[in-house]
Amino acid sequence: MTRLRVRDLACARGGVPVLSDVAFTLGQGRALILRGPNGSGKTTLLRTLAGLQPALRGTIDPGPEAVAYAGHADGLKGGLSVAANLTFWAGIFGTRDIAPALEAFDLTDLRERAAQNLSAGQKRRLGLARMVLTQRPVWIFDEPTVSLDTASVGLFARAVESHLAQGGAAIVATHIDLGLTADVLDIAQFRARAMDDPFATGVA
Amino acid sequence: MIRLVARDLMLAVRAGGGFGLGVAFFLIVVTLVPFAMGPDTTRLSVIAPGVLWLGALLACLLSLDRMFALDFEDGTLDLLATAPIPLEGVVAAKALAHWLTTGLPLTLVAPMLAVLLNLPAQGFTWLVVSLALGTPALSMIGAFGAALTVGLKRGGLLLSLLVLPLYVPTLIFGAEVARRGAEGMMVSTPLALLAGVSGSVLALLPFAAAGALRVNLR
Repeated sequence: MTRLRVRDLACARGGVPVLSDVAFTLGQGRALILRGPNGSGKTTLLRTLAGLQPALRGTIDPGPEAVAYAGHADGLKGGLSVAANLTFWAGIFGTRDIAPALEAFDLTDLRERAAQNLSAGQKRRLGLARMVLTQRPVWIFDEPTVSLDTASVGLFARAVESHLAQGGAAIVATHIDLGLTADVLDIAQFRARAMDDPFATGVA
Repeated sequence: MIRLVARDLMLAVRAGGGFGLGVAFFLIVVTLVPFAMGPDTTRLSVIAPGVLWLGALLACLLSLDRMFALDFEDGTLDLLATAPIPLEGVVAAKALAHWLTTGLPLTLVAPMLAVLLNLPAQGFTWLVVSLALGTPALSMIGAFGAALTVGLKRGGLLLSLLVLPLYVPTLIFGAEVARRGAEGMMVSTPLALLAGVSGSVLALLPFAAAGALRVNLR
């Protein structure tokens, strides 16, 4: 069963076309690793898939309502506790129980700690734990392993694996080896021709 | 949406600034006016409705730029935009939370501050009614301005300039209700117009603000 089908997709960043003719299908239980040098358009592609910016052309099937997105920022409120942060997102996504999310990212002992007192890696884990609450089939991660140590990367990989085992799918933009069984998509091949324009360089 | 309002209220209480700032500013403006205008109580009671309305409006303006900027900076706005609640609902929840932390406290303290300006006794009810009816519009218009300027660093100046002309109808009709109430005249006409302004603002601007947010999130 196909979880996400992308056809003939073109996306732009800041009005400059970055990617064109992007096409892939993502089956149930499959993960896709996005690779590409800095500025090749990984974030742009992921934000387009998440519905945060419109595509120039092409189709994404199904739409953003099937996609849960975790970007560079974790969206945490420092004044609230770990549990309160997760409970808020659980309420937004209509989930009752935050315990699985806490367990998956080893946050149970930290649940009463204010988010502003967490370390960078712990904050990242809390941001990623939100994905468990979304109950959406396709998870999209943009550089999820920033500031995570080896053990936490392992936690993250296991959380993704258990999501895949439940019939989900995931797209991860990353530069490190997560130890996941995944297809690799090098997006440099989709580079739009306007990228040859010297003014378009440095687009993240 | 209720959770979003509850979270914003909790953050406002924890951070301390949200609740107090607007009310403190209102207090400062209203207490300083008698010193600036002199102690002539008849003159004060003439300008009292206008000064109270102007003070409330400026106090409302103070905390507007934080409405979406904080959520934009820490990435929450991206996540809310991809969440199952519509962005229009997010805007309405944000505006409601802003009103609960500024407009509502301003409305409640206005009668106490009105004593300082020697507002005639018959005007108190209409002052509270006009503020209760008008301040939700101020929060909603402010949410629209905040959504337009959310991506800008230090967008506060632009936000104030954008929002001020939109505040004028609310100010005119709101202050007119309070003035007529204080002078014991009929208030139904300005009251109906104030309610009309507030109603149309609350009905239309969530959609405009959500559109502006979508553009700014790209």
